[in-house]
Amino acid sequence: MNLKRTALFPAHQKYNGRMVDFGGWELPIQYESIIKEHHTVRKKAGLFDVSHMGEIEVRGEKAEAFLQYLLSNDIKKIAPGQVQYNIMCYPDGGVVDDLLVYKYTTEHYILVVNAANTDKDFEWIKKNAFPGVEIKNLSDDYAQMAIQGPLAEQILQKLTDLDLRSIKYYWFQSNVEIAGKTAIISRTGYTGEDGFEIYLSPADAIDVWEAILAAGGEDIAPIGLGARDSLRFEAKLPLYGQELGPDISPLEARLGIFVKFDCGDFIGREALLRQKESQPPRVQAELLMLERGIPRSHYEVCQEGKVIGQLSSGGLAPSLEKNLALALVDREYYQPGAEVEVMIRNKPVKAQIVTGAFYRKKTQAS
Amino acid sequence: MKIPADLYYSPSHEWVRVEGDQAWIGISDYAQHELGDIVFVEMPEPDDELEAGGQLGVIESVKAASTIYSPVGGTVVAINEELEDAPQLINEDPYANYIVVVAMNNPGDVDSLLSAAAYEELCQKEQGGE
Repeated sequence: MNLKRTALFPAHQKYNGRMVDFGGWELPIQYESIIKEHHTVRKKAGLFDVSHMGEIEVRGEKAEAFLQYLLSNDIKKIAPGQVQYNIMCYPDGGVVDDLLVYKYTTEHYILVVNAANTDKDFEWIKKNAFPGVEIKNLSDDYAQMAIQGPLAEQILQKLTDLDLRSIKYYWFQSNVEIAGKTAIISRTGYTGEDGFEIYLSPADAIDVWEAILAAGGEDIAPIGLGARDSLRFEAKLPLYGQELGPDISPLEARLGIFVKFDCGDFIGREALLRQKESQPPRVQAELLMLERGIPRSHYEVCQEGKVIGQLSSGGLAPSLEKNLALALVDREYYQPGAEVEVMIRNKPVKAQIVTGAFYRKKTQAS
Repeated sequence: MKIPADLYYSPSHEWVRVEGDQAWIGISDYAQHELGDIVFVEMPEPDDELEAGGQLGVIESVKAASTIYSPVGGTVVAINEELEDAPQLINEDPYANYIVVVAMNNPGDVDSLLSAAAYEELCQKEQGGE
């Protein structure tokens, strides 16, 4: 199978990216070291190619009403220029995808979806679309990069006349000139740090990538998908296919704040409301490893020999210097402080159900 | 990529240094580079019996767990306890940081291993095949 390449492929080669097959895309898992890249983002700034993400446009007089029906969050709450995290469910409450909604007007939105789900999402959205609402897959029209870390704003500011402080958390600005090219910039990201995501024409991607690296000098480095995963995991940000999926509801994944039951009907509402009333059978638990061993997704979680759940993600949290995991466990066994065992290669390794163990950045950017 | 001339190598990327009937075993520079950041080394216990070609332990990098094989058969006489708290030492210097020392049952086991030159050729082949 031929792997798809992003517009930034030549840059990955130039910076010695170690290329892997990532859901059909040829992307760098790392440049130098996953852990080193992780620390660079937490301490300074990192630049990610996320061009594989999908962009789906929704337009029409009934676009707002349609998205309210398609998605679980309250779309009416956001203003033009605002971004919203949202969840798209099946009628049974399972998750089609989690995504970001960019609102231009009540008649024009862009949904940014997970790369591997783009085609599935596009078909699902078209299938459920209200008459007169136009759905377009614009994924090939956009390259996307993310600049993340405490120095992200300062570095990016060197390349644009727009005062970046005017873009607040989860807002965006279109038609921004950056390094002489036109882009959409949002203050969003997937690392637990301050930073921006930049959408632009694939033809301009390399120039902007190089301009950002040059502007950052020693304070920035290109970051691969390995550190993207360790950063999002350490900040407890959900990953579709691990924390969320067709068989995991947003309530089980503790994303209930993005499910609004009082804003009219939406796909999955009835099932989720029932689940909310009876309490979901499984819940997400944070685990801290007490003994040596690396927890990984799909490993079983046991208590006194009985299987009580499964890990969705796990591993070393490099900035916290702890081995942590996220698990989906049977509700009756969820008890913070309780000791459990993670089965690593058929051996029980001690862990504890904890709360608040994951990373939170210390100071909020002004 | 470093491949010291005085060591034996296995096709699964372990190295062996022979001192008398004892074999010091680690993983090669090529292997540590391919694995990336190492975050845990699961080692056998002293007195464990290892078979030539059998499992010696597991190395976990950030992304994956990989089995390490014992290039020789024998009894574990020592493990590198430093790796318990500092597995990244293998990334820093894979040849200075052995994983175990084995008292070989049959010192002739090393005859079937690769020389540095033969191992270098193997690594080049694997890299080229990527």
